[in-house]
Amino acid sequence: MYRILSKEVLSDVVKLMDIEAPHVARRAAAGQFIIVRIDEFGERIPLTIADFDRDRGTITIIFQELGKSTIQLGKMNAGDSVASFAGPLGHPTEIENFGTVICMGGGVGIAPIYPIARALKQAGNKVISIIGARNKSLLFWEEKMRAVSDELIICTDDGSHGRKALVTEPLKEILDNKDQKIAKVWAIGPAIMMKFVTLATKPYEVPTIVSLNTIMIDGTGMCGGCRVLLEDGAQFVCVDGPEFNGHKVDWDNLLSRLSFYKDEEKKAVEHYDHKCRLENAVAKGEK
Amino acid sequence: MAELKPHERMKIKRHDMPNQDQLVRRGNYEEVALGYSEETARTEAERCLQCKDPKCVQGCPVGVMIPQFIKALREGDMVKAVEWMKVKNNLPAICGRVCPQEVQCEGSCILGKKGEAVAIGRLERFVGDYELSHRSCPLVKAPATGKKIAVVGSGPAGITCAVDTAREGHQVTMFESLHGPGGVLIYGIPEFRLPKAVVHGEISYAVDCLGIDLKTDHVIGRSFTLNELLEEYDAVFLGTGAGLPSFMRIPGINLNGVMSANEFLTRVNLMKAYQFPDYDTPVRIGRKVAVVGAGNVAMDAVRCSQRLLALQAAQTGEAPGEAHIVYRRSKDEVPARQEEVHHAEEEGVIFNFLTNPVEIIGDETRRVTGLKCVKMELGEPDASGRRKPVEIKGSEFVMEMDTVIMALGTNPNPIVFVDADGLERTKYGTAVADTERGRTKKKRVWAGGDVVTGAATVISAMGAGKRAAADINAFLKGEADWE
Repeated sequence: MYRILSKEVLSDVVKLMDIEAPHVARRAAAGQFIIVRIDEFGERIPLTIADFDRDRGTITIIFQELGKSTIQLGKMNAGDSVASFAGPLGHPTEIENFGTVICMGGGVGIAPIYPIARALKQAGNKVISIIGARNKSLLFWEEKMRAVSDELIICTDDGSHGRKALVTEPLKEILDNKDQKIAKVWAIGPAIMMKFVTLATKPYEVPTIVSLNTIMIDGTGMCGGCRVLLEDGAQFVCVDGPEFNGHKVDWDNLLSRLSFYKDEEKKAVEHYDHKCRLENAVAKGEK
Repeated sequence: MAELKPHERMKIKRHDMPNQDQLVRRGNYEEVALGYSEETARTEAERCLQCKDPKCVQGCPVGVMIPQFIKALREGDMVKAVEWMKVKNNLPAICGRVCPQEVQCEGSCILGKKGEAVAIGRLERFVGDYELSHRSCPLVKAPATGKKIAVVGSGPAGITCAVDTAREGHQVTMFESLHGPGGVLIYGIPEFRLPKAVVHGEISYAVDCLGIDLKTDHVIGRSFTLNELLEEYDAVFLGTGAGLPSFMRIPGINLNGVMSANEFLTRVNLMKAYQFPDYDTPVRIGRKVAVVGAGNVAMDAVRCSQRLLALQAAQTGEAPGEAHIVYRRSKDEVPARQEEVHHAEEEGVIFNFLTNPVEIIGDETRRVTGLKCVKMELGEPDASGRRKPVEIKGSEFVMEMDTVIMALGTNPNPIVFVDADGLERTKYGTAVADTERGRTKKKRVWAGGDVVTGAATVISAMGAGKRAAADINAFLKGEADWE
């Protein structure tokens, strides 16, 4: 069992947790992920590491409540424990001094882009960060991102905070600026956002790294459920990634694979809601 | 029973094991083979001729003392039967269920030359199950030696090595990357063939008796590397198995509805997807399933599919779907245990022999709709000694399918080789280790089981774990040098 040491509510549907897992924290690095399983009945959920503290032996995870498991996890509190916590999995981000780089985080993807931006900044890069979300309430870690960026651009789809724009708009403006050569771009967020970022950078031939979060079970190379089609064949996100050259990813294949269990995901949420309502009713003594 | 003469023993017919009804069991995950009663077991044991030079023992990868345990069993001395068993095999309830006895002990039994072999596997299971419920023969730990051993992986090789080294008094830590111990015994082999309670019973008993420190959720190569383990432990055993699935290189392999057998079996067995939504992990197979391959993993996958289809049909009221095996060779070359093939046939699995997939066909939503195959015929023997299947030109045809499961073998997982300089690998990705002692090319590191041989059997992995444990014990006592 792994204890939740603290919890922060970043928005109605985005939660942060520090989990006590020294065996994961000791070698954790930016770009890697963990697998968490809530209880005996739980599925194994891959989440990219948002932060880590090797001295305290903790891993910070940030998740958006989208399916049954993340909704259930979001209801847990400091002092509660999760049944399994494995990692750090996948390859760490390759960090070196590239020059000027852009770090893009979309929605809950702001969480994993943070340690990457921080590491790139520490390595001497000029870091331009672009973070975005549908609206202001889904944005978080603005100040933390600002602290590790030379420049921070904020976008929301509805204009409730920062620019009213998709993250690809400021990206294109920066790439159009001939005075500033961009060495590399990192983009983490919903698959559709990463797809459009790679489409935007492609004409400029700027290397673009994306971090993929696919359907996955074990996270150690065993199931192959996470396989992604690249130009030169299929690879496993868990052991070959999670970061890939975004220009080589077959995004349509990825998006269709992500949607394979949509009906079951819906059914699981309904089943869980029903169970919760029953439990509440019993607790209140209703019939 | 009075002492029988050999010709009287030879007159007794081999006893069948009662099975769950073939129509009933298609719709549940409960164990198929129900085991012998005590009376049947003792009568079957009477068939053994107690050969002076027992061939059965030579046929067993761990050399179980078969005549001795069978003699004790027929004399009704179960405690002694367990004792004899445990001299060489700590997991009889598991081996009795999953060993391919027909090519091992029973394949060598002298009675089998003219008639039917003694049902050694079923007797082994009977003794193992007795011990599971009676615990008459506790594992005893020798006084502490102060030496520390890391065992990586808690499958058949790892458990065997952990038990045999812990008994010597060493402090053993067993690392497992998944959330529970057992390796392929829990993620791969289905409940209806090997109940999880048997696996958990055997492992937790050994762990408790011998004070083995079991660390789940620890991925060696990531959480700790091999070189880091060597700083803390006197010896390291790698029993990490062969978990990396192979996919065919044919068009359509990344369509929705194509899975590795590992993914399918892990969803169903480890994550209990057949109980979705009570368990969170789903599995979706539609109504027509093709499993490509004909090994034990393929049989497990196709029989799991058959059950899922029956459960679905019971819910929807529709007729059950179809579960197919698609295999490029003929029935004679099928590598799976005979009993599994027989059970699959009884359960209504459709076998397509001499059929080779050439393309997976999908619709505009990228979902599988069919499997394009070509018919094969047998030609000259190949390197494996089996007749090589050759394509019949122009024989392509399409089988309508919703799901295609690839059961084509697995390779060792490369993660453990991170930060492990000197640990040599073959071009197939397996660790280089000698067969007799399990020593790798890296000092103080042993390896055994599928990580060395590629995908093989539970018992051969246990044999390798056992031999490595013996060498580790000798090495730590100073009885054997590394060089």
